[in-house]
Amino acid sequence: MHLIVQAAILGILTGGVYALMASSLTLAFGVMRVINVAQGAMIVAGAYASYSLFADFGVDPFVAILIMAPGAFVIGAGLQLVFIRPLRSDEREELSLLVTWAFALGIEGALGYIYQTTYRATLPSYVNDDYKLGGYHFSLVRMLAFAASGVILAGLYLLLAHTRFGRAVRATVQNPTSASLLGVEADRVAALGFGLSVAIATAAGAVFGMIEPFNPGSHYDLISRLLTVIVLGGLGSLGGAVIAALFMGVVESVVAVEISPTWSSLTFFVILIAVLLIRPQGLLGAAERGGL
Amino acid sequence: VSRVTPLGLARGAAVTACFVIYPFVFSAPYLETIGLFTVMYAAMATAWNLLGGYAGYLSLGHAAFYGVGAYAEAILFTHIGIGSGYRPFEVLPVVGLGVAVLSVPVGLIALRVRAATFAIVTISLLFIAQQLAFNLRSLTNGAQGMSMPLPPFGVNTFERPFYFSMVGVYLAAVLMCWAAAGGKLGLMLGAIRDDEDRARGLGISTTYAKTVAFAASSGVIAMAGGIWAYYEGFIYPQFAFDPLVTIGMVLMTFLGGRGTLWGPTLGAVILVPAQQYLAYSKGNSDLYLLAYAAVFLVIMLLMPRGIIPSVRDLAGSGGPFRRRSEPTPSEPGVAT
Repeated sequence: MHLIVQAAILGILTGGVYALMASSLTLAFGVMRVINVAQGAMIVAGAYASYSLFADFGVDPFVAILIMAPGAFVIGAGLQLVFIRPLRSDEREELSLLVTWAFALGIEGALGYIYQTTYRATLPSYVNDDYKLGGYHFSLVRMLAFAASGVILAGLYLLLAHTRFGRAVRATVQNPTSASLLGVEADRVAALGFGLSVAIATAAGAVFGMIEPFNPGSHYDLISRLLTVIVLGGLGSLGGAVIAALFMGVVESVVAVEISPTWSSLTFFVILIAVLLIRPQGLLGAAERGGL
Repeated sequence: VSRVTPLGLARGAAVTACFVIYPFVFSAPYLETIGLFTVMYAAMATAWNLLGGYAGYLSLGHAAFYGVGAYAEAILFTHIGIGSGYRPFEVLPVVGLGVAVLSVPVGLIALRVRAATFAIVTISLLFIAQQLAFNLRSLTNGAQGMSMPLPPFGVNTFERPFYFSMVGVYLAAVLMCWAAAGGKLGLMLGAIRDDEDRARGLGISTTYAKTVAFAASSGVIAMAGGIWAYYEGFIYPQFAFDPLVTIGMVLMTFLGGRGTLWGPTLGAVILVPAQQYLAYSKGNSDLYLLAYAAVFLVIMLLMPRGIIPSVRDLAGSGGPFRRRSEPTPSEPGVAT
């Protein structure tokens, strides 16, 4: 029992980071009908950027987030403008899968060229610090990572719920046609929204680089998990993504200690399929196609 | 029933003749290897097109069946002992049929969801299959991979048996698509692509049509995987279940034209030699990935609907994959 609780704690802390990654993926889908398959590669790129900032300039990874996010935002908005906007709106959902897959390959290629394929990890001095509470271990890095994810997610929630931009985003999600009739500039919202989601991806990357080793090929594993998380939560649902990510974290780490680490990610895929059999729209997804 | 037109027959005969003559004209081993991979991707893209093009169900997980076919051959050799020589080719139809039957329950589950969700579910299918290949060690030998028998073919004509078996699989794929596209199944799939709910409302058994397309394409792709396994001689989970294989067949279909009979073949003939050339000349695989991504993006930006539909538009006749927003032309579309 002790082992299971310890595993569940670890799972929730890791799941929090996945929640951050998944939130921006599902945001991009909700706002722009874009499945960003390159999300995993962007996270890995963020992990490498913060690794370089830390290794070459001694910038703490959590501080690095503040440096990288604005740049990532601009790059993301630019990518949307050049490659995603020209896609026809009735095919955008499916074609964007392929365009962003090309981004992913390009990023993987570029990272492989610059950093080679050896595994790296960002290891600040406090990486092995550990607190004990009631007999359970709490790793400092994982707690900080969880906290940072929580702060960014809360910020995202506030942005969406209480700002003009957030209202425009939500209006676009609910009904693009009505939103544009009411004066929302859909193209601008889409570009800013994609920039935001890329910025969050790189921020999540900085955090990810501290809790797991990575190489340029790591994005396949990341994106397959994240996509199942957002489908499980219901495409476009922010709350669903967070719940599904935490659930995935717990299931994986409990299966890892109770059965075997080799079966942990497979278990999650099986759960996904079981859920889709009963609820094809995911946990918190709307029943109608295109609904939210 | 598909219409046999003189033009269609001539096209089919010309393509077949080109593929059959190729190894006798370009007999250098590396050219035959390029030919083998071109035909392989042409076969897989054509099969993928049945579901991804005609029915509009963008499967990103069909490489899973390629891997399953490869592993089926390796398992038949290692655990059942089918023997060497031409036997691995002879069991191919069994492998294809077996995988097609196996894929029916998988399809029934995956096809419950549509559009982007379907694409995502099929991606996870690919990773599930890869994980199983890693984990079921007693059957697949895990990360150490599995070996196939050493083919007893002469050095000078080593590639030929593989090449011609692959041409056989390719022709099976083309005939399958041709029969489907001209027949009732093709009409059902087209109706599903245009408006699935309305198709259901009109009494079309959409589940039946989708599942048949899913299983048929899986079976053909499994046979291609089986030949590949024998040719390579050794298979590993990460190469047998490779996302790049999926991307290859999808990209080629998009380049040539979704929902057209010859589009996937055209895409394969253009892309595979380019891909092989890049892989050899830029031995560095990272630059190769960058180049691949660039080609991909250019295609998606310039010709999102593919070469054949774009050319057809220029020629002024309507193809089967028209833009949904355009009005239907008064003259009947030209069926391939």
